[in-house]
Amino acid sequence: MRALLIRDLRLAFRSGGGFGLGLAFFLLVAVLVPLGVGPQGSTLALIAPGILWVGALLACLLSLDRIFALDFEDGSLDLLTTSPIPLEGMVAVKALAHWLVTGLPLTVCAPVLGVLLNLPASGYVWLVLSLGLGTPALSVIGAFGAALTVGVKRGGLLLSLLVLPLYVPTLIFGAEVVKRGALGMEVATPLMLLAGITLGASAMLPFASAAAIRITLR
Amino acid sequence: MSIWEYANPKKFMETSSWALPWVAGLSVVCLIAGLIWGFFFTPDDFRQGSTVKIIYLHVPSAMMAINAWVMMLVASLIWLIRRHHVSALAAKAAAPVGLTFTAIALVTGALWGQPMWGTWWAWDPRLTSFLILTLFYLGYIALWQAIEDPDTAADLTSVLCMVGSVFALLSRYAVNFWNQGLHQGASLSMDKKENVSDVFWIPLLVCIAGFVLLFLTLVLMRTRTEIRARRLQALLARERLA
Repeated sequence: MRALLIRDLRLAFRSGGGFGLGLAFFLLVAVLVPLGVGPQGSTLALIAPGILWVGALLACLLSLDRIFALDFEDGSLDLLTTSPIPLEGMVAVKALAHWLVTGLPLTVCAPVLGVLLNLPASGYVWLVLSLGLGTPALSVIGAFGAALTVGVKRGGLLLSLLVLPLYVPTLIFGAEVVKRGALGMEVATPLMLLAGITLGASAMLPFASAAAIRITLR
Repeated sequence: MSIWEYANPKKFMETSSWALPWVAGLSVVCLIAGLIWGFFFTPDDFRQGSTVKIIYLHVPSAMMAINAWVMMLVASLIWLIRRHHVSALAAKAAAPVGLTFTAIALVTGALWGQPMWGTWWAWDPRLTSFLILTLFYLGYIALWQAIEDPDTAADLTSVLCMVGSVFALLSRYAVNFWNQGLHQGASLSMDKKENVSDVFWIPLLVCIAGFVLLFLTLVLMRTRTEIRARRLQALLARERLA
C-alpha cells in the first residue's frame, strides 16, 4: 500500500498540472473575488469564510477525475484489482494520495489567501482546522464519484453533478466553523459534525467505491 | 404464492396490464374530486385568501417527491440483493416521475411564496433540501443515461441511490443547522393537536391519495415501457446473430 501511495504521489507531482492545478485555481478564486466584489474590508471579511470553503471545494472537484480515469485507460486499474491489497484499501490509498496532493496544500495555503480576503484574525485557526478536518471528506467522497463514473467516457460533467449534492453537508459545516470562529462564537458543534462526516465517509465510502469499481470492471 | 412471483417480467406484465386501468382510473377520480373540492368548495383562509389552495398541489407532490426516492431505494436494494430485473427497471422508471414531483413542489411553492413571503425563493432549509433532492435525481438519471451496459448501469445507480440516501438525510440536518427558515412546520401529523381543520384536511387527503395513485400509474406504465424496450433489444440482438 505504501508503494501504491508513493507511486500515486510521484505521478501527481511529475505528470504536470495534477499537483498545481487545484492550488492555482484556489489562488485565482481568492484573487478574483475581491476584484469582483470590491475592496471594502467589511464586506470581504463577511464573505471570506464561505468563499475560501467554496474555493477549496471547487479546487478539489477539478482534479477528481484523475483519481481513477488515467489508471483505467492504461489498464493499470485492472492490475491493481488483481493485486494482493484489497480493493477497498486501494481506493482508500488513492483518496489519501488525492488529499495529500490537493487538500493538504490547500489547507496550508488557506491562511495566506485569508489575508487577501481580510479574514478576521480570530478565524485563522478555525480556517486551517476546518479545512484540515473537512478536505479528507471531500477527497473520499470525490473518489466515490470518480469510481462511479470511471467507465464513462468524458464523465467530467457527470462526475461534478453526482458529487456536488454529496458535498453539501461538508461545505455547510466547514464554512460554519470558520464563520463562527471569525465572529468569536462557539465552534465545537459544527466542528464535531464536520469531523463526524469525515470519519464516517472515510470508514464507509471506500466500500461503496470498491463495489462501483468491481461492477465497472466486471 | 409469494411477492417474488412478480419479479418474473411475464407475470409482472400480465398483472400490471390488468391493474393499470384500475389504478389510473382511481387516480383520475381522486385527483378530479380532490382538486375540484379543494379549489372550489373550501373556504378561503382568513389571512392568506385563496392562495392557500395551492396546498392541494404542493403538499401531495412534495410528499411524493420524497416517497419516490424511498421507493427507488427499496427497489435498488431488491435489485442488489435478489437480482430481479423488474426491480431495477422500476427504480429507473420512478426517477423522472420523482424529479417531476420535486419540480412541481418547487414551482408551486415559489408561486405561493411570491405573494405570501414576498419572494420567489428563500434559502430556507426545506427549500434548500428540495433543491439538493433535485440534484440527486438529476445525477441518478444522468448516470443511468451515461452507461451503456444495462446491468452495470443498474448496479452503479443502485450504489449511488444508497449512498445518496445517506447524504440526502445528512444534508437535511445540515441545512436545518444552517438556517432556521420561513417554511411552516408539518400540520398533518396524526398525533398533533394543531392540525389544519377538517374542512381542508379531507380534500387534501383525497388529493394525496390521487397523487399516490398517479405515481403508481406512471411508474407501472414506465416500467412496462422499459420491459418492452428490453425485449425489443433482445429481439434485435438475436436477429443480428442469426
